[in-house]
Amino acid sequence: MTRYLMSRLLGLTAVLLVTSFVVFGTVHLAPGDPVTFLLHGRPATPEAVEALRAQYHLDDPLPVQYAKWLGGVLHGDFGRSTQFHQDVGSLIASRLPGTALLVGYSALLVAVLGVTGGILAALRPGAVDRAVLLGTGVATATPSFVSAIALISLFSVQLGWFPGPGGTPESLGDRLYHLTLPAFALAITFAGLLARVTRSAMLDELGREHVEVARARGVARGAVVRRHVLRNALGPIVTVGGTMLAGLLISTSIVETAFNVSGIGSLLVQAVTAKDFAVVQAITLLSVAAFVVVNLIVDLLVPVIDPRLSLYGEASR
Amino acid sequence: MTEYETPALEIDGLGVRLPGEQAARPILDGVTLRVRAGETVGLVGESGSGKSVACRSVLGLLPPRARTSGEVQVAGRDVLAMNRAELAGLRAGQVAMIFQDPRASVNPLRRVGDFLTEGLRGAGTPAAAAENRAEELLDAVGIRDPRGALRRYPHQFSGGMLQRVVIAAALAGEPALLVADEPTTALDVTTQAEIIAILTRLQAARGTGMLFVTHDLELASAICDRVYVMYAGRIVETNGTDALFDRPRHPYTAGLLACTPHIEAAAAAPRPIPGRPVSLAEAPPGCAFAARCAHAQPRCSEETPELAHHGDGLAACHRADEGIKL
Repeated sequence: MTRYLMSRLLGLTAVLLVTSFVVFGTVHLAPGDPVTFLLHGRPATPEAVEALRAQYHLDDPLPVQYAKWLGGVLHGDFGRSTQFHQDVGSLIASRLPGTALLVGYSALLVAVLGVTGGILAALRPGAVDRAVLLGTGVATATPSFVSAIALISLFSVQLGWFPGPGGTPESLGDRLYHLTLPAFALAITFAGLLARVTRSAMLDELGREHVEVARARGVARGAVVRRHVLRNALGPIVTVGGTMLAGLLISTSIVETAFNVSGIGSLLVQAVTAKDFAVVQAITLLSVAAFVVVNLIVDLLVPVIDPRLSLYGEASR
Repeated sequence: MTEYETPALEIDGLGVRLPGEQAARPILDGVTLRVRAGETVGLVGESGSGKSVACRSVLGLLPPRARTSGEVQVAGRDVLAMNRAELAGLRAGQVAMIFQDPRASVNPLRRVGDFLTEGLRGAGTPAAAAENRAEELLDAVGIRDPRGALRRYPHQFSGGMLQRVVIAAALAGEPALLVADEPTTALDVTTQAEIIAILTRLQAARGTGMLFVTHDLELASAICDRVYVMYAGRIVETNGTDALFDRPRHPYTAGLLACTPHIEAAAAAPRPIPGRPVSLAEAPPGCAFAARCAHAQPRCSEETPELAHHGDGLAACHRADEGIKL
């Protein structure tokens, strides 16, 4: 177990190293110059430009810049934001709670809506199934910026049930209330996908012979569905759900911008526009790390769900 | 055993038909069959003859939207008239079914102990008592270290060992009737013999009636007291095992016997029955077997033969009295 975890963590480090280099390279290859942004279009003497370039190490060759940046990251220093004149670490730390709350809220919605929708569709063929299929079809095909606008226009502008973009909530409850529309906008696509995955996994399991055997043994219908159908369908649901969690984190950039939520996603959009390299790199690394960690958790959960898939080759006795 | 005792199973004129255009003929037509307490009754026939539908109907497991006629009585109560709760009670208590493939019968993700105690727990037995009972049952079917076995998963058992677990689970509710649907088909030969020995020993010890569905005539002749032969959803012949196999009256029974390979050096090579079984989409007039029958006369494809007494048994053939030469 420990060995398995160690090897997985080593793999995580390797993935982070490779992605960090790729991201570093791509950001620098893109046209535009952070100095231009720093000067805000003001005329500057060549000396001043030189001083700025030196301050942000922009004159070193790319590998040297990367090595310096990497050395800093290893010491917990992600560099300075050219845009906010602030440490990237503390900048991200200040924005992280908002995003974490949004992603958590949204993930809960995805899990509840997706799984219940899928279960209902699988157990009630006919009208309910068709309705869920239609609904999830629309949900999956709607990009989050479209659902964001639709939600704002309906629930905030016309009905006035939820606050529109912006506002400064104080208590946690108030924050959740403000985050409800963004969370739904973020969740809709993923919930539709998860409902479809749940539905087909449930249908697969419903057709298994052991389910008929359980019924033939007089096990109550509810217990059959819980212990033999849903329980066995959990594998694909958890696997797909896990990758969705990382997808939610990445999709926050659109939703946070649309709803004016101060979080990592909107920060990323601002940083890309402003050529704020250090921030872009740090957020990308964070997303990759989140993706790999979630996958690791899923991989650890799968053998708990299905004992036939043993992680570390434990001999069956 | 007296004639007046309530039989473990009594199927009377059972018909099962799919609605509308789905099928040209009924899946089952006028099936009448009886299993007394402690008796082993064989139900043989090719795939698609309706034998699996017949034995599932004993548990009230019917194809969706199927229409039924006739009666299926278990311990004197009609299964076809039962509501959901009564069916659950029937399945948990009076009738237990053993399916073909143990690997597919047991949920692979749950412990063997959960599988064994599930029925008992559902019937209200406390956890500890159910576990002790499961342990006894595993011991009775010859599984070593029964307490440890309860903690293990199905993939940690061989096919034969898992079929023992399935048998143990079937016996858990002390059923009056066991329905075994080709319980050894998925197992290898040596394991088959062990499973049959365990099954017949436990059945005899408990006085349980058994309906044994198989396409293996040798196996049927070895363990059954009486045998019913099915073709295209109808019983075509029934008799005591020895009489049926020594002197078949229906050409289909004779054909099945002729295509069973024998191990003796002098035995004739197996001869297949020409043609193929009648599908659900076909409803030939007269005897369903006429098209494949070497003894068919013009009358056979016009007039459906009824099941009638010939000697000790019943046969549905116009020429049953003439005697068949293989």
